[in-house]
Amino acid sequence: MLADALRARPAGLDAALALVDGLDDVLVDGLARIGEAGAAALSALATAAGGTPLAGPAADAIGKIIAGTVTDEHVAVLAGVRTALLGAAHDALLSGVDAATGRDREGWSAPAAPPQAGRLLAGARSWLRELAIAGWRGVDHELAAAGSQAIQALWADPSSRRLAVLLDGFAAELRASAPGATLERVPVRRWADLWTRGVLLAQDGFATVPTEPVHGRLLILGADLHEHPTVFQVQVHGLLETPDGWTGLVRAAVAAPKVDTISGPSAWRMLASFPVLRTVLAQRRAVELSGMLLTPAGDLLWDESHAAAGEPADPFTTARVSLGRVTAPAAAALDRHPAAIAEPVLLEGYTAGDASFDLGGVSLAVDLDRLPAAGPLTPALVAASTACLGLLRWDAGRWAVQPLAVQAVVRKKPVTAHTADWALGPTDAKEAKAEAAAGAAVDILRERAGRLLRK
Amino acid sequence: MTVEGVTYERRSAAPVIAPVRPRKLAKVPFVELTEGRLAGVVSSGSDPARVYVSSINAGDHGLSCRTNNNRPCGGFGGSHPCNHLRALADAAVTQYGIDRVARYLKADVAPGADDLWAGIRPSSAEPRAADVFAGFLRHLTYLELPPSTEAMPELQWFPAAGLVR
Ligand SMILES: [Zn+2]
Repeated sequence: MLADALRARPAGLDAALALVDGLDDVLVDGLARIGEAGAAALSALATAAGGTPLAGPAADAIGKIIAGTVTDEHVAVLAGVRTALLGAAHDALLSGVDAATGRDREGWSAPAAPPQAGRLLAGARSWLRELAIAGWRGVDHELAAAGSQAIQALWADPSSRRLAVLLDGFAAELRASAPGATLERVPVRRWADLWTRGVLLAQDGFATVPTEPVHGRLLILGADLHEHPTVFQVQVHGLLETPDGWTGLVRAAVAAPKVDTISGPSAWRMLASFPVLRTVLAQRRAVELSGMLLTPAGDLLWDESHAAAGEPADPFTTARVSLGRVTAPAAAALDRHPAAIAEPVLLEGYTAGDASFDLGGVSLAVDLDRLPAAGPLTPALVAASTACLGLLRWDAGRWAVQPLAVQAVVRKKPVTAHTADWALGPTDAKEAKAEAAAGAAVDILRERAGRLLRK
Repeated sequence: MTVEGVTYERRSAAPVIAPVRPRKLAKVPFVELTEGRLAGVVSSGSDPARVYVSSINAGDHGLSCRTNNNRPCGGFGGSHPCNHLRALADAAVTQYGIDRVARYLKADVAPGADDLWAGIRPSSAEPRAADVFAGFLRHLTYLELPPSTEAMPELQWFPAAGLVR
């Protein structure tokens, strides 16, 4: 059962993570200051890559890096080896959960689509290389801001949006933390993760994914909200039922650029161009899809001209009826990472504590850091809950559930709350008043933008 | 940290930037802590077409206040903060909390104290109004960019901001 999978430690996981940690620790002081321990950690990485397609390039690049030559190509190989190790860790963790939940996972059979041509990636690559050379401890105000121009250029090119969003969030953290020399605690794995993904996405050969149009009914399970200073994203998890009787887990995400002062419930205003999505979320309705594009990774490319609001559909009912027998999509090779695991699960019959659920024999942590201010879920509601729809996640050596919706009993009355209940604005009078005041900020900034940018 | 016993250093979703607190934007539409200074844009009380660009350096506490056309601020006397600089500091304290602002500026503010100026030894600084104003315009361009619908798996590393607890 699920409890067993949550307790189990896949064979080889600790060894893979130890190799990753060795590289991550080198990035703290930088590739320009590799000590004896660092050289040993990097050599172990090259040894681990032996017997894989990366064996030759890894031995060569790591040897050169230790000897003091760091090129864009060497950096890319380093990122590749780290990604391969974490990809294997991802697969081992996920297959345990799949076995416990009885979930069928598709294999990745899609041919790689050709990469986008003509993107301006060299600036991003060289900033990422300079960061690795300096190390997080060596990042000063100047280096933290040195990627700004390259990142602005990426924002201006729609085909580079994914990299722009990643690097802008990463740069904001480096700027807020500079100078790294006096930083109290360094988020070692996190920054190595973000750096690695940046390096891979900045390669000219990074493949795009193919798509195919699908028809059917999308039953929403819940919405996960993502944000950093310059982006707000809602990612919907749901079940797609196609006319030929197939039922599979899919996701759909829409993201809007924003600024740091727009946060909390008023961030939904930035998604004004998606009225169908906001309506089905706020009203808990199904969606009728007609020819919307789907990737083999299970991502719908949301397009409101191929979506119509359907009948009311309670996500808890959807989960109880159908979540036990669904097909799950494969992850794209380079997107495999333990922290990218977000498996929809329905939990019932547990005993809720302050920050954990006792599932009977195993205590599952509740990730209270992932309860967004943009929705009505609170730690108190989660602690009072009797059923929880959530995402199973793995981070920092253990499993946790991120609630997307709960059924709870508050003052002897049943209450249901979903993260996206406020997609059309807060339903709570006090929150609605606060949102109206904060929302005025959006209007003020838009007005300033209109006046100053088009002068 | 919500969860005890989990190492910050080995956490992919380790929180780095505290969520900003909501504040009114009409008077001070833009504030940033970057490149070793607190800087921002302050609306003119009298002329809607004019804004002031104010900044306080980290460390030496050099102050500067100019209009967006790089004219000197009439209320700023070299090292004595004008109303714009005071409004900038107030907005930054509301947005980031006094601890983060004081730490960034290396201002000596006692724990629990609420007056940032008590920890600032002002001097005058080279004006950097053009840089800061360019930063403000760049900030506003985000609001003009179209939304996107492609999958961005990287955003799993960036959960939406929780309540400021
Ligand atoms: Zn002034």
